[in-house]
Amino acid sequence: MRVGEIVTAGVLALLSIYLMYKATANGIGFVAGTGPQGGFWPFWLSLGMLISTGFIALNAIRGLSPASQSDEPVLDDFGRKTLLLVGGGIVGFVALVDILSMYGAVAVFMLYYLKVLGRHSWTLTLPMVLVFPLGLFFFFEGLMQITMPTGMSFTEPVFNVLYDIIY
Amino acid sequence: MEILSLLGDGMLVAIQPLNLLLILIGVTLGLFIGAMPGLGSVNGVAILLPITFLVPPGSAIIFLAAIYYGAMYGGAISSITLGIPGASTAVATTFDGRPLAMQGKARLALVAAAIASFVGGTVSNVLFTGFAPLLATVALSFGPPEIFALMLLAFATFVGLGGDDIPKTVFSICFGLVLATVGFDQISGAPRLVLFDLNGFLGGISFLVLAIGVYGIGEMIWTIESTRGEISKSDAKISVKGIVEDTGTTFKRGWKGMSIGSFLGFFVGVLPAAGATPASLMSYGVSKMISKRPDDFGKGHVGGVAAPEAANNSASTGSMLPMLTLGIPGSPTTAILLGGMVIWGLTPGPRLFVEQSDFVWGLIGSFYVSNFFAVVVNLAFIPLFIWMLRMPFTVLAPLIFVLSVVGGYAAMQDMFDIWLLLIFGFGAFFLRKFDYPVAPAVLAIVLGPIAEPTLRQSLLLSSGDPSIFFSRPISAPIMIVAIILILMPALKYLRPRRAKPAE
Repeated sequence: MRVGEIVTAGVLALLSIYLMYKATANGIGFVAGTGPQGGFWPFWLSLGMLISTGFIALNAIRGLSPASQSDEPVLDDFGRKTLLLVGGGIVGFVALVDILSMYGAVAVFMLYYLKVLGRHSWTLTLPMVLVFPLGLFFFFEGLMQITMPTGMSFTEPVFNVLYDIIY
Repeated sequence: MEILSLLGDGMLVAIQPLNLLLILIGVTLGLFIGAMPGLGSVNGVAILLPITFLVPPGSAIIFLAAIYYGAMYGGAISSITLGIPGASTAVATTFDGRPLAMQGKARLALVAAAIASFVGGTVSNVLFTGFAPLLATVALSFGPPEIFALMLLAFATFVGLGGDDIPKTVFSICFGLVLATVGFDQISGAPRLVLFDLNGFLGGISFLVLAIGVYGIGEMIWTIESTRGEISKSDAKISVKGIVEDTGTTFKRGWKGMSIGSFLGFFVGVLPAAGATPASLMSYGVSKMISKRPDDFGKGHVGGVAAPEAANNSASTGSMLPMLTLGIPGSPTTAILLGGMVIWGLTPGPRLFVEQSDFVWGLIGSFYVSNFFAVVVNLAFIPLFIWMLRMPFTVLAPLIFVLSVVGGYAAMQDMFDIWLLLIFGFGAFFLRKFDYPVAPAVLAIVLGPIAEPTLRQSLLLSSGDPSIFFSRPISAPIMIVAIILILMPALKYLRPRRAKPAE
């Protein structure tokens, strides 16, 4: 964990430097009579971030923070598996939105999580996979008048039927 | 006595059958809209505004005010049960509401939120009724330096009193504030901090993207990982007797938070451009500051739920005050209400109380009635919300992930923001592993868009002289308190070192 904390502080320090660099494009000076320029506020805050990461790294090197006193790895086998299966599943879900539509992606993600990860019965899984996306559709598109992505053209016939119901 | 008579007449208007029905429908709809991540009172009021053209103007604004009330109550539900602050006003409720739910005390958290909301709403209604014109004048004396001082005080309560690692807290606040500057410079209008030259950043980064990413994705993955997947379901119990007991516990352990939230919330709500979000965050910070056990905050303290919930309800009523008396909206939702009033031919301002007395007092009467029905409806639905929590975690978790993504899209309408939400989620997961407090970043991205312009406007007013913050009677004491709180960690560090030679 100690090395992980120092590396994280280093990555965040680099991010802070990048943000400082970007802020300079708007001017970071203080113009007499008119006040600070556009980049003033983000620049000095990013510098605050950079200084903080210095203290965080120093505390980690001196073993003062709880994380730096731990011998556990940042991610063990279970952690890596969780990140891959759960985190990967969410990334897959979002990636499917532009293909299957928001509601189609929800159905596939629910099927994956309930059946593959949760190992629930089909009796629970199927109603959740079918009813939950439909409930979301009628709530958002019907009641709230908020349109969600409809995916690629092959989903059109399904949406035509659903839109006929609400309009 | 005249006020009481007018209020009585107003209440009679509010309990007319049509208005009463609209209040019931409004608070129930608002409760569910507020409970949905990504949707808040502003969405509910904006979307249902056209429906109100079917009823008389007085009834229409009563309906919209009831939605506003319901949504304020509802915001706490997703914060507590799902751990996702559905609206910015409920961010602070997550800090202690979610830990309480994870400890199997979801019922206590939900009851505390409902009761505190009711108390906050009632206190603010009384203040509104008695002191409307006076408070409107005081609010007008708050200029950019005073508002900036208030924002600094909000940040200071997190730095000076956080039990967390101070450099990590400072990093978190600065990071949230920098994220709030992405998009366009509000004063010059120039593009600013368009990261990696991606056009998606031109629209800025909404607090919702960060909050849903952090709490809906990052925190959930962290929970699954840290519990080794053994978290099956919450053991929260449902019973009427339990709800009554929890009400007693709320008053016993959360009275300080409720009192602070009710009064501070109302006053911050009255200030133009402030609103319920800064009110709830500041009330949380001040409650933590004056608590005998500040370290318990963030781990499931009833006061940590009561303070922000009392505050956001109180501020909602407070923000109606400048709208009605001066025509200045105190929050985005009241801005829409103001628009509605103008469409209905009502002109908000000092003359409204004289020329449209029936309308104004009918509305004020409806605040009391809405507040009462909101707490009744909320308490009645608690078993449903608890039932949600009793689902197996492998059912609840995908529901939370889906609601995070769908709710995020509903609010932002841009897939770029959904990818950003995932990046924040995974980032928050790793930062959480190294004990970085993420709540201050969420606080900062909410308050940043108020803090930066007020700082720059203040410096423009003073031709760049920072002493403006210390030379005005209201901003000076607030600034001094804020600076003391910021320096408190250093003072705490010095005290034992000085004490050593005397031992």
